[in-house]
Amino acid sequence: MNNNNHLSSSSLTIRLRNLRKWMIALFILVIFIWSMLGLDYQGFQSTSKVVSLSILKGFMHPDWAYVYLPEGEDLLRELLETLVISILGTFVSAILCIPFAFWAAANMSRLRLFPGMGKFTLSVIRVFPEMIVAILFIKAVGPGSFAGVLALGVHSIGMLAKLFSETIEGIDPGPQEALIACGATRLQTIRFAVIPQVIPQFLSYSLYRFEINIRSATTLGLVGAGGIGTPLIFALQVRNWNRVGVILLGIVLLVVVTDFISSRLRRRII
Amino acid sequence: MKSDTNLADSTPIPSISPSSNYLITNGLGNTKRSKRIATWMLFIVIIVVCSIYIDVTPYQLFVGLPEMGVLLKEMFPPDWSYLPTIWAPMLQTIKIAVAGTILGAIPAIPAALFSANNITPNKWLSLPIRTLLNLVRTVPDLLFAAIFVAVFGIGPFAGMLALLFFSFGIIAKLTYESLEAIDPGPLEAMTAVGANRIQIIVFGVIPQALPAFISYLLYTFEINIRAATVLGFVGAGGIGLLLNQSLGLFRYDRAATIIILTLAVVLIIDYTSTSIRRKLL
Repeated sequence: MNNNNHLSSSSLTIRLRNLRKWMIALFILVIFIWSMLGLDYQGFQSTSKVVSLSILKGFMHPDWAYVYLPEGEDLLRELLETLVISILGTFVSAILCIPFAFWAAANMSRLRLFPGMGKFTLSVIRVFPEMIVAILFIKAVGPGSFAGVLALGVHSIGMLAKLFSETIEGIDPGPQEALIACGATRLQTIRFAVIPQVIPQFLSYSLYRFEINIRSATTLGLVGAGGIGTPLIFALQVRNWNRVGVILLGIVLLVVVTDFISSRLRRRII
Repeated sequence: MKSDTNLADSTPIPSISPSSNYLITNGLGNTKRSKRIATWMLFIVIIVVCSIYIDVTPYQLFVGLPEMGVLLKEMFPPDWSYLPTIWAPMLQTIKIAVAGTILGAIPAIPAALFSANNITPNKWLSLPIRTLLNLVRTVPDLLFAAIFVAVFGIGPFAGMLALLFFSFGIIAKLTYESLEAIDPGPLEAMTAVGANRIQIIVFGVIPQALPAFISYLLYTFEINIRAATVLGFVGAGGIGLLLNQSLGLFRYDRAATIIILTLAVVLIIDYTSTSIRRKLL
């Protein structure tokens, strides 16, 4: 290797790269200024300080009585409902996404176009924010946890099926070829060569999605799709900060605990 | 030979399942298999109990799906004349996402530097910051938005603040993880020639971590643009407010226009951002 030559050419590329870096920085700055100009700052009202203080006070003294009420509609039951919504939503999407995953996996069909179409469908599903899906389902089946389950179930297909199809694309083709060689049908090949290879990864991704869904499920109630979000938005509207504090605490605990359990399970599966 | 005939007539499928093969070769297979069956049974029981608990049954789906069809039918054709009205809120949505992402990324830099073990060996400093980051990340963006709307009033500022906190949590976490993975060679060399801490960070750490940082910034921006489209549901500005209004007034054709425009914007931004990210890394 010619050291001198190497140095001079690399210094040129470094200079070019530096120029590009500054251009990018400038571009980001311009976009940032543009975005800051458009937002109106009515936020800094005189009441903000008082409200912030009362929120802080509310968080310091959570409404512990709300944790368990004998007549129902308490924190524990709402949290349980949130958990159940995300479990069922994940389950629904884990089942619904299997055909989509095989559709989008490039090694499952000989045609080039067919998996491409599947991938495109999945990315369209992915761009739909789940709140919009939730609102549509609320309009269709009425407010409640059912709309939440459907929203999570449909929205999660986009990501889960993409991950699943990538798993299918990454399998060892050996067993599949062996089965085809000894005359297995297509379904048998999938059952005995593909599925055993992908199941651990499927389960792990489903659990991962469950972790995401539990966060979403806490917000679904803000638009009326069941779960802890509904009492939270009511408490926010009447400015019952002690209750807001205890609900937020409950959400954080729920997310931390489910994250912990789910990641332990995932580690065991793989 | 036996499995070959089984495959051909396909009826006795269980006899050639991988788990039974495992049984023959391994004495422990039996307990493992029953354990697996028990796990699946437990799983099914959980699902059934869950669905009974919140009254979500396939029957309801059966009843609800035609309603969904009616809704979709009312959405078409979309009301294109509504498009000029929703441009301004759409731009506001993008602005909220941009401002929230960048303002969140700025405090994320020191937070990431302080929580990376190889740059800040002091556990008493890195641990509290990491805990704070973990706490911030457990709160979904829409919850932040709902809280900030209550504090600062209805408007895009609350949405921007919500995205700021949310982005701070993600970007700081991802960045400190990539900071911990940087090559220690340059840092050691600089320590050896007597560079101080700030010099090490500026000349040793930042050049290595910058591409990853910008890539995470863009990734968070992709998430935030999706989030910003729904912030309006809780009154935090952006296009979501109009969507909520049109749905409330049963103007599904207008809602369809909004949704289509949202999808288009998200797709374009996603595509651009992903291709930039691919170039960066």
